[in-house]
Amino acid sequence: MIKAILIFNNHGKPRLSKFYEHYTEDTEQQIIRETFHLVSKRDENVCNFLEGGMLIGGSDYKLIYRHYATLYFVFCVDSSESELGILDLIQVFVETLDKCFENVCELDLIFHVDKVHNILAEMVMGGMVLETNMNEIITQVDAQNKMEKSETRQPETIS
Amino acid sequence: MALKIVKGSIDRMFDKNLQDLVRGIRNHKEDEAKYISTCIDEIKQELKQDNIAVKANAVCKLTYLQMLGYDVSWAAFNIVEVMSSSKFTYKRIGYLAASQCFHESTDVIMLTTNQIRKDLSSPNQYDTGVALTGLSCFVTPDLARDLANDIMTLMSHTKPYIRKKAVLIMYKVFLKYPESLRPAFPRLKEKLEDPDPGVQSAAVNVICELARRNPKNYLSLAPLFFKLMTSSTNNWVLIKIIKLFGALTPLEPRLGKKLIEPLTNLIHSTSAMSLLYECVNTVIAVLISLSSGMPNHSASIQLCVQKLRILIEDSDQNLKYLGLLAMSKILKTHPKSVQSHKDLILQCLDDKDESIRLRALDLLYGMVSKKNLMEIVKKLMLHVDKAEGTTYRDELLTKIIDICSQSNYQYITNFEWYISILVELTRLEGTRHGHLIASQMLDVAIRVKAIRVFAVAQMATLLDNAHLLTGSMQRNGICEVLYAAAWICGEFSEHLENPLQTLEAMLRPKVATLPGHIQAVYVQNAAKLFATVLKSQEGNTDSTTAQETSQLMIDRLPLFVQSANLEVQERASCILQLVKYIQKLQQKDVEVAEEVIALFAGELNPVAPKAQKKVPVPEGLDLDAWINEPPSESESEDEQPKAIFAKEEPKHSRPRHTEVDEKELARRREARKQEQANNPFYIKASPSSQKVYQDAPGVEHIPVVQIDLSVPLKVPGLPMSDQYVKLEEERRQKERAEKKKKEKKKRKEKRSGRGKKHDSGPESEEDITPAHMVDIVTEEMPENALPSDDDDKDPNDPHKALDIDLDKPLADSEKLPVRSHRAAEAPKSPAEDGDAESAATQEPKKKSGKEKREKKKDKDRDRKKSKEEKKKKKHKHEEKEEDLLGGQVEEPVVQSEETSEVAAPPTSTTAEVSDLDFWLSNAPVPSNTQEAATVAAAEAAPVPEAALGAAPDSEPDEPKDTEMEETKSSKHKKKKQKKEKEEKEKKKKKKKHHHHHHHSDGGGEESVQNGTVEEEEPLPPMSNYCLLAENSYIKMVYDIQGNLQDGSQVVVSVIFENKCDSFLKSMEFNVLDSLNSKLQRPEGSGPHDGLTVPFQLPPGVSNEARFVFTVQSIVMPQKLKGTLTFIVKNEDSSTHEKLDFKLHFTCTSYLITTPCYSDAFAKLLESGDLKGSSVRLEGVNMPFHHLLARICFHHHFSVVERIDSCASMYSRSIQGHHVCLLVKTSGQTVSIDAKCDEPTLLGNVLDEIKQTFSQC
Repeated sequence: MIKAILIFNNHGKPRLSKFYEHYTEDTEQQIIRETFHLVSKRDENVCNFLEGGMLIGGSDYKLIYRHYATLYFVFCVDSSESELGILDLIQVFVETLDKCFENVCELDLIFHVDKVHNILAEMVMGGMVLETNMNEIITQVDAQNKMEKSETRQPETIS
Repeated sequence: MALKIVKGSIDRMFDKNLQDLVRGIRNHKEDEAKYISTCIDEIKQELKQDNIAVKANAVCKLTYLQMLGYDVSWAAFNIVEVMSSSKFTYKRIGYLAASQCFHESTDVIMLTTNQIRKDLSSPNQYDTGVALTGLSCFVTPDLARDLANDIMTLMSHTKPYIRKKAVLIMYKVFLKYPESLRPAFPRLKEKLEDPDPGVQSAAVNVICELARRNPKNYLSLAPLFFKLMTSSTNNWVLIKIIKLFGALTPLEPRLGKKLIEPLTNLIHSTSAMSLLYECVNTVIAVLISLSSGMPNHSASIQLCVQKLRILIEDSDQNLKYLGLLAMSKILKTHPKSVQSHKDLILQCLDDKDESIRLRALDLLYGMVSKKNLMEIVKKLMLHVDKAEGTTYRDELLTKIIDICSQSNYQYITNFEWYISILVELTRLEGTRHGHLIASQMLDVAIRVKAIRVFAVAQMATLLDNAHLLTGSMQRNGICEVLYAAAWICGEFSEHLENPLQTLEAMLRPKVATLPGHIQAVYVQNAAKLFATVLKSQEGNTDSTTAQETSQLMIDRLPLFVQSANLEVQERASCILQLVKYIQKLQQKDVEVAEEVIALFAGELNPVAPKAQKKVPVPEGLDLDAWINEPPSESESEDEQPKAIFAKEEPKHSRPRHTEVDEKELARRREARKQEQANNPFYIKASPSSQKVYQDAPGVEHIPVVQIDLSVPLKVPGLPMSDQYVKLEEERRQKERAEKKKKEKKKRKEKRSGRGKKHDSGPESEEDITPAHMVDIVTEEMPENALPSDDDDKDPNDPHKALDIDLDKPLADSEKLPVRSHRAAEAPKSPAEDGDAESAATQEPKKKSGKEKREKKKDKDRDRKKSKEEKKKKKHKHEEKEEDLLGGQVEEPVVQSEETSEVAAPPTSTTAEVSDLDFWLSNAPVPSNTQEAATVAAAEAAPVPEAALGAAPDSEPDEPKDTEMEETKSSKHKKKKQKKEKEEKEKKKKKKKHHHHHHHSDGGGEESVQNGTVEEEEPLPPMSNYCLLAENSYIKMVYDIQGNLQDGSQVVVSVIFENKCDSFLKSMEFNVLDSLNSKLQRPEGSGPHDGLTVPFQLPPGVSNEARFVFTVQSIVMPQKLKGTLTFIVKNEDSSTHEKLDFKLHFTCTSYLITTPCYSDAFAKLLESGDLKGSSVRLEGVNMPFHHLLARICFHHHFSVVERIDSCASMYSRSIQGHHVCLLVKTSGQTVSIDAKCDEPTLLGNVLDEIKQTFSQC
């Protein structure tokens, strides 16, 4: 199970937070801050797994993260997930974002966090991995966007 | 033109969208908070508008603000509004917002049930998808219960996109509503073989997640997963399955044997590192489960270790990390194979990556031996010096102690060395682990008698140099070691060289700055030292030393008498008076030493840490019983810091007990403080500097001048552990030399070829003898201690409720609820309790059924055994009866997965279990299974439809076998009883949970239940299902519910139960429509065609079908005639049968439970639109809350408010009529005043209520 997915930039500003378990807003912010603190002090070429720390609680959980340019992608997972598998999943996620936004950069995430959520929803659902095939994810995302577009056009055609 | 105007107005409304908001926030970096608060004001304005587009935009912005940490729960209702928009665009925004900020205590969630249900059944797959995604984040127990059936249907949706989502969300549903697991499981299992890989992967995902927590229930799926493993090419699926097997193997070693070969093949063939790694992991799990059972698995271990070494040597830090992680698993069972890679692991200790260093440290733990302990610890000590961060250094410290103290100091050959290591560790600045070092010192000094002289000397030096520890390290726990030092010096003072000096050190004024509990030990042990000094001076003609010592005590002790710490004060004043008395005696030249020494006579023995826990509870003593009744009101609980990602596990096996204790203590403390504050004679705590010791072992508050020492501390007189390493090496060499000499002698004497192995003497462990005569005193245990270890399972684990036997066939009571409306919550709780109870009463029935099955299982197994034996012997069958038996035994074997599914459920259980046995006992190659199965099938061919007939056929044999199995079955019974207990406990817990839930549910209902719930007796079981018709083949019960979404529809749920031994199929349900009510038939069918019931009924099975009726007027009850036709199929014949029935549509069935707040209720009554009516019920002999619960349950009302014996209730018809009741009771008379906007409807409802109560 995936406990949480966080994206924040090099300064710890949240760009996306998805918690699959309920926390209050304050706790969520605290988690983001602490996670940023833990992750940001690590060198570039160390391993992508982090354990321990009060934050994660219990030895069953791990932070698995990747750092791309200005953004950190952090997944908090328990032992039922394959570590390398999640790393792959992060890669798929980023590649999907890249396809959907055409050369994704931090600004895309800043201004279109809702779209990022929609893409993520096609990959992970309720903390479980739903789809890992990038083409399938993009097909579904595109189909939904198309629906949205047709809905915005509708009122015009009626009037 | 018109278009432009419309567009313009829309533009104006969209004055700020998400992008604008984000841009605005970025432009207001200085006054972000202020800017956002104006934005929130704008959003609030936007939410007030009717235009859904504006609302959706506002909600979208709120979702963004939520991410920034703003609480947006106030907009929950608006979110629900946006969710229910018919446009996908807005719906998606709404569901996203809901998934981000809804949780179990969001009260508007209960309003969403019908909306979600509607979306789930939407023709647009993306509506359904969005609803499923949202629901997966905020599903509550109520939603899970109400929607379980709908989601289960979606698992068979035509679109794989929906199927996979529905399958995944079932896991969440199971967690929130464990009762749904058994009914939904068969379909979930089906999905493992779904044609779509995504759906398959989802099903694997869910089952793996379930099995991880309760593996034993999923063992029977092993063959299916095995098949998937050998056929699937999807690495995600493979990884999950392989992980699952890792969880299953410990339960079934035979499974492990079967797995090794395909797994090793995968290891050799795959190029995906993730898959390789998981394979290695599972092979390790298999090897652990086999442990020493199989001699030829060393090759597999070698393979694993070899692959892991490759991972560890890889330049990719991730692989290195995982390699070490897996290596530590092998270490537990096969330490030897890991030890050969010591070089590599020690190398990892130097890695720049802390995660990797920590992993390597873990490994070291298992790699030490007598031979290399000193070397390894030396290396670790070097790291301690080098370590920059305190966390890593503390980790090193604990690891050193762990490594050395493991299995009773097994690997320590030289305790002097160990003590000096401990002393060296005390020089760590800022460690949190002072107490750990202290307890080690105490432990070693107490349990290793031979080391005491040395230990005491070291501790005395430590005490002498205490200022070095406490001076610059005030802020850390290292001063804890002084506790140990003082105690050791005092207790074993006879070994002290210069007790007087130590005594002097212990009474220095600076001691008063130490924490209270340490001072107390100082004072007490000063007295012990004093006694020793007196003893040593005894017989000495010159008594000045003794007298000087007494004077020293008298001079210094008053400092402690003033201590704010009660313990210190008390001890000090006692001892001070004692010394004063002794001084008097000394002045009279009386010899006192013997008597003083007698104060501290006797030796303390170490007590095992678990000893207290293991003292058996004497008979007749109930530890959980209250000594005093608990206080009536609940005290506010101490807030405990919560772990963020995982729930903290309670430390004790009896958390409830301790919690109560803590509460009680807190209460008493509070009361005491109060009392003290009010008591003028009580001297209030003054803010003196010493006061803080009272409650804080931490010493942060002590004002001390920091001494800055840049030079590393080298305490004079303290040993350096390094020298021991050298000494030890020399000693061992000497020993070896001596041994060799001896051996040579021996060999000369014996000259036999044996014993060559002794040549490798220096390598073998046993040769290293400890430097001291080590006498490790074993820890004491109480007499007749209980041997068992406590169960460590966390009772609060939500997965415990999912520990459900899935092979058991479904019982009627387990059908998923299909009632369409659950909107109003609280009043139903008593009814639910009733449900639970009715389930409980059914338990015995189930039990007996299970017992039978269990026996059968046993029998099958036995039969197979006997059969195998027979085969081995290859004798002719002599008894015909036996032969017959053998024929039958084959049946379960024949049944492959497919046939067992078709077969009647009672047999399928046995079939599955024996399937597994068969599968496991077979040759390890997977294809063999299938071949064997087909061969067996061919053999059994003469018996057609064996699967169907199996159950009844085997019945007559039972009496013969039971005698033989008596002993076995009794064993089983015991097990079962345990299980039942567990189940009962679970039920209890669930009930509690419900209660809790309803309490917290809040809303208008709270006033109803406040405080009364606990006192009220439970309700008798109730059911809305009433008999429709019945004959010898079939029984039908039904319930009618209104449909909120469509004011002209009601749903009739009919449960069909097969009562006979035959198969019932082709059931057709038909009703003669009236003008007012019509059965909804699919398009294209005529008005008199029947509806096919979408299932068949095997013997003893029941299932539920729903039929939709349209009604025009709902003010009058009415009856519809109908017929059910069906085919009864026996083995040799089939007959057409029919059954007539009458459907009774009561007016009640048009009512829908709708919650209503009291103010809205009052307004409704004031409006004057309603017409009144009333009814009196006489002789109602039941508690008031039962009465209310019945009205709520049977007539779909909800309680608005209840005051004593008077309650107001509300309900709404599907066509929107309001029905209000005022129920009063006095004695056995109940009067109901009612108001409704439709008098006819009201009259009929009241009549029906009256009838309900006349029946009971």
